[in-house]
Amino acid sequence: MGEKGRGWNLGLAGLLTPVTIWLGLFFLIPLLLILAYSFGTSGVYGGITLGFNPGNYLKVFDPLYLQIIGRTFFIAALTTLLCLALGYPLAYFIVFKGYRRRNLLILLVMVPFWTSLLIRAYSWVVILSGNGIANKFLQFIGVTDEPLTLIFTPEAVLMGMVYSYLPFMILPLYASLEKFDTRLKEAAKDLGASRWQTFWRVTFPLSMPGVIAGSILVFIPSAGEFVIPQLLGGSRTVMTGTLIQTQFGAARDWAFGSALSVMLAVLLLAAILFYVRRVGTDKLEGM
Amino acid sequence: MQRRGTSISRGKFLKMMGAAGVAGSTLSVLSCQPNTSATGGGGGSGGGPEEKELALYNWSDYVAGSTIPGFQKETGIKVTQDFFASNEDLLGKLQAGATGYDVIVPSDYMVAIMVKSDVIQKLDKSKIPNIKNVGENYMGLSYDPNNEYSLPYQWGTTGILYNKKEVGKLDSSWDAMWDKQFEGKMAMLADSRETIGAALYKLGYSVNSKNQDQLQEAEAELKKQQPLLRGYFASTEVRPLVMNGDILLGHVYSGDAFLAMSENEDLDYLIPNPRATRWTDNMSIPNGAPHPDNANKFINYILDAKVGAALSNYTYYNTPNEASLPDIDPALKDLPGYTLASDIFERLEVIEDVGKTTREYERIFTEVKSA
Repeated sequence: MGEKGRGWNLGLAGLLTPVTIWLGLFFLIPLLLILAYSFGTSGVYGGITLGFNPGNYLKVFDPLYLQIIGRTFFIAALTTLLCLALGYPLAYFIVFKGYRRRNLLILLVMVPFWTSLLIRAYSWVVILSGNGIANKFLQFIGVTDEPLTLIFTPEAVLMGMVYSYLPFMILPLYASLEKFDTRLKEAAKDLGASRWQTFWRVTFPLSMPGVIAGSILVFIPSAGEFVIPQLLGGSRTVMTGTLIQTQFGAARDWAFGSALSVMLAVLLLAAILFYVRRVGTDKLEGM
Repeated sequence: MQRRGTSISRGKFLKMMGAAGVAGSTLSVLSCQPNTSATGGGGGSGGGPEEKELALYNWSDYVAGSTIPGFQKETGIKVTQDFFASNEDLLGKLQAGATGYDVIVPSDYMVAIMVKSDVIQKLDKSKIPNIKNVGENYMGLSYDPNNEYSLPYQWGTTGILYNKKEVGKLDSSWDAMWDKQFEGKMAMLADSRETIGAALYKLGYSVNSKNQDQLQEAEAELKKQQPLLRGYFASTEVRPLVMNGDILLGHVYSGDAFLAMSENEDLDYLIPNPRATRWTDNMSIPNGAPHPDNANKFINYILDAKVGAALSNYTYYNTPNEASLPDIDPALKDLPGYTLASDIFERLEVIEDVGKTTREYERIFTEVKSA
């Protein structure tokens, strides 16, 4: 028994070695490097001198940068909420009404992943521009005479983000609802619950692991987004990701860029811990 | 700072995607190495003849179709080309120790930075006899006064591409870009130095100002302008917006203006008063280049009269090569703003590195964009 147990542990250790090396080399070391850089001093011409310089973190507290970080979290939260509002009914529909076409429908949700995000974002520029399809259609049905300003606005950024991250919400919701035992709905109905009550008291609470996982999967990349605000926002919706990119690029201030990255990571971690605490970790057990 | 933007000079959509991918990988700078094998030490390490290879690290879509095949035919040297999306990308890679590139194409101010950070080597001018073709206006500029480290590749200006039919002929000032009647119909470059520079020019100051009061005045001007704009874009993105009528006035690099004007007669290009930017992209050889001899040969080849003309006829930018001028496409030469009278040329200013003030410029630009 004891011998058998040890053998199993050795086997597991063997299986975990590749992933440990992988994550160590390509995740942990770069992360530590960023942490070290964040306390360094940037050279005037780029490059960095390591040391202990907390000044980079003090700079984060400039009202300008705090406002950008605040805006980033607001947009990321709004993106998450909209993805949930759009994604939940769809996942629900696929699981409970999709029948034999379930697999096909969930495949269709994943289709956008087969094309680069950049190409998809660019196609929105084409669709929403002054003489793009959207404006042509609106003019055709008589909603407007003059082309409307649909692109390079904060709303276009939000739309682009919801569009890009929606599948990350739908897939975990689908996985979570798929395991749902429909007999529970019948039981609720037998016990006199209305459809509304059945949903809010039975179905939704049981799908919480999917809601939590989906929210985290949407919120984290949204908060780090830097391409969509540039392409669809005309660079006027400045988010933290863009700000970090500027520090590593044009500003040649890798130390400040690293400090911003560390702050963003810490704030994201805090937000997620708060969220999971709030909703309850026990809900994650179904995962 | 980006010169060529994320770069599609000819609506080459897929190429654009590639370049944008490069831009997106800025953070992976440390792990990036070109595909050519590295050899240590400064250039020109004596010893046997070089392999028949050359690694060119360039802006995307910045050579004519005939440029590289012509060089291969003439010398038997096989050229591989990689692309960068901004001067800072290029600098970052070299500083992080990337070796294996033989010829790089940094813009003016970046040459000065690269000399100061000791990442490029001196050219061997004895191997570049075509240096005689370079016009005196493009030699000895402040970023490399004796052209020890760089020779010019292409040059151009930064100005306003606009729809003359809709807007009428503009007067020659920068004021149009602040005109309320064009609200929502204008775009500026997503480049801190060029856009803050436009405000500095408008106020009558230098684009290289380090004066806090002047910079604050420029910031106030840009905050007045921001609500009137559609946004801040790469020059290659502004061009289609003006061409398809989404906007009427756009801040662009000259090559994008000329490309748009050659396809749409309603468009015009203005190099505003009192001052505007002229910029130069240059050829340099990084330290540790594996094939410095081939690199000097390549630079000499580019400065050939015919090769230079073919290059500029493709890029729509200006050539620094005066021997090439007779072979420049006449249709291109006749576009307003391409061939410059000396009084216009004289009021053009070169963007220089402003050292520590760079970060002040970036902070101002971030503040303006998020105002």
